[in-house]
Amino acid sequence: MFGDFHALRDVSLDVKEGEFLSLLGPSGSGKTTFLTMLGGYQNLTSGKLFLEGQDMTNWSAKQRGFGMVFQGYALFPHLSVAENIAFPLKVKKWSKAQMADRVDQMIEMVGLSGHAHKKPKALSGGQQQRVALARALAYEPKVLLLDEPFSALDKNLRGQMQEELRRLHRDLGTTFVFVTHDQEEALALSTHVAIFNQGALQQIGTPTEVYEHPANRFTAEFLGDINIMSLDAEKGGVAGTKIDLPANASAFDHIALRPEHMRLAGETDVNKLPVTVRDMVYLGSKSRLVLETKAGEELMFYIDNGPGLPPPDLGAGLQVAWDTGDSFAL
Amino acid sequence: MRPYLLLICPVLLFLGASYLLPFLGIVQLSFTDPDPGFAQYGHVLSDPLSLGVIGRTLRLCLIVTVVSVTSAYVITLLWVRGSPLVRMITELCIMIPFWISILSRAFGWLSMLSNRGLLNTWLQDLGLIDSAIQMTRNEFAVVVGMSHYLIPFAVFPLATAMRNVDERVLTAADGMGASRLRIFWQVYLPMTASGIMGATLLVFVFSIGFYVTPALLGGGQSVLVAELIYLWIFQIPQWGMAAAMSVVLMIAVGGILYLLIRRYEDVTP
Repeated sequence: MFGDFHALRDVSLDVKEGEFLSLLGPSGSGKTTFLTMLGGYQNLTSGKLFLEGQDMTNWSAKQRGFGMVFQGYALFPHLSVAENIAFPLKVKKWSKAQMADRVDQMIEMVGLSGHAHKKPKALSGGQQQRVALARALAYEPKVLLLDEPFSALDKNLRGQMQEELRRLHRDLGTTFVFVTHDQEEALALSTHVAIFNQGALQQIGTPTEVYEHPANRFTAEFLGDINIMSLDAEKGGVAGTKIDLPANASAFDHIALRPEHMRLAGETDVNKLPVTVRDMVYLGSKSRLVLETKAGEELMFYIDNGPGLPPPDLGAGLQVAWDTGDSFAL
Repeated sequence: MRPYLLLICPVLLFLGASYLLPFLGIVQLSFTDPDPGFAQYGHVLSDPLSLGVIGRTLRLCLIVTVVSVTSAYVITLLWVRGSPLVRMITELCIMIPFWISILSRAFGWLSMLSNRGLLNTWLQDLGLIDSAIQMTRNEFAVVVGMSHYLIPFAVFPLATAMRNVDERVLTAADGMGASRLRIFWQVYLPMTASGIMGATLLVFVFSIGFYVTPALLGGGQSVLVAELIYLWIFQIPQWGMAAAMSVVLMIAVGGILYLLIRRYEDVTP
C-alpha cells in the first residue's frame, strides 16, 4: 500500500506446479507489485501467501528461494558471465567442482558458450538477458519470477528470447511467473494468463479462455482487437437490424465480436449487418477496414489481399456476417 | 579550424601563460643554477636529506590517502544511503569544512591536540592519563590534519560511484541469499571501485603539495617536500635545487598518476 492507495486489492489466485503464468496488464495495474510480493521483495499490508500449503507470507526473499529475473537484468557488472551465474551457488556453499559443472551446464543451456569470461557490458542486451536467466535458474528454484524481461529488447530478439523461454519452461518443468504488458507475448508464452487492471485481478485462465471468453469489458478490450456494438432497445438486434444474439444478451447492453470472427456475408448467413466502408489501411497481406453501422458505431474488419479481389471503395456498402456463438454479450 | 577549438583557445592561452611558461622556467632553472648540467638532479637524488624527505613525503601521503579514502567511504555511505536526517547532517559535515581556511583548520587541530590542548586537558581531568601525550609536532598530527582537510574532496567521486549503483543488483544479491557482509564486500565495494580509485587519485595528488598543515602540525619534526622546497627558496637560497626537486616531484606524481589511471580503466564497470 502506498499512502492511501492500494496497489493491489482482493487478489486471489492459485499457481500450480509447472505452470507458465503471465501477469498481464497496463502499467500501474499492480502486476509488478504482485510479482515482488510473491518473491518476498515487498510486504503485504494484508492477506496471505502459501507455498505448497505452508504459509510463507512472512518469509524473506531468501527463505522463499525463488529465482528472479529483474527488469534491466541486475547483473553484477564487475563479475564475468560465469561468476555471475556462480554467485548464488557460492552463497549456497556448493562445492567448487559441482559449481563449475553447473555453471558450464547453464552457460550451454542458454547458448552462451565462449562468452563465459566476458563482463556483462561486453554483451548485447539479449545475451545479458540469457545470463540473467541462467543465474536465476542455476540453483534450480521451484519458481522463477520474471519482471518484464524482454521490454528492453528489439522485436526480432524478443521473438527469439520468447522462443527460448518456452523451451526452457518445457525442458525444466519449473513454475514460471512472468510479468508483461505485451498481450501477444502473454498469449504466446503462457499456459495461464492473469489479467490485472487498477490493482484488481480481472480474469485468470488459459490464453484461449481469456481471449475467447473475456469475463468483462476490460479484458475483452485489452486482449486483441474487439468490436463492441450497442444493442437496440428491445434487445432484438443491432443498429436496427435483427440479429441472432447470444443467449444471455437480454441482461446486457452490448455485444462484442473479434474482427477475425467477421466475414463478408454470403447467401446462407443468418446474421447480416449492413455497413458502410469509412476507411481502409493497406497492411501488406491484408487490409484493415473501418466500417460504420447504421447506428454510427465503428467496427474494425480485416480483408485478405488475395489475387482477383478488388478492395471495396470508400463509402461503398457491404454486409458483414458472423456466427452467433462467436459473439458475446457484455 | 572548428569553431569550438577557437572557443577553448582563451583557456589554453591562460593555462599556457600561467602554468606552462613558469614551469618551463623552473625546468630551465633546474639545469642552469648555479652551474649548467645535471648537478642539481644528482644532488637531489643522492643527498640523504632530500632523499629522506622524498621518502617521508611518499610514505605520509600514502597513509593520508588510505585514512582519508577509508573515512570518506564511510561518510559517503551515510550521505548516500542514510535516512533523510542522517543525510542532512552528513551533508552539513561535508560542506562546512569547505568554508574554513586550511590555516584555521591546522590551528584548530593544534589547539585540540597540543600538550595543553583540549584533548590532553580532558584526558588528564578525567584521570585517564597522568601526563600529556605528545600528539603534535609529529607525523600523527600531520596525518590527522591532512586527512581532515582531504576527506571532503574524497567524498565526491565516491558519492558519484555510489549513486550509480543499480539498487536492483543489491536486491538481486539479497534475494539469492547473500548476507549483508557478502553483499558489501563482493558486490557493493567492487561496484564502487571506480569511485575509490578516483578519490585515491585526487587525495594523493593533493596531499603531495601540502605545505601549511605539515609545517604547523609537524613542527619541523616531519619536513615534507613542499617545506624543503620553501626552505631552498627563501631560507638558504638554492633555487636550482628547489627547481630540480620540483621537477622530480612532478615526474614522480605523473608516474604514479599514470599507473593509477591505467588501473582505473580496469575497474570502471
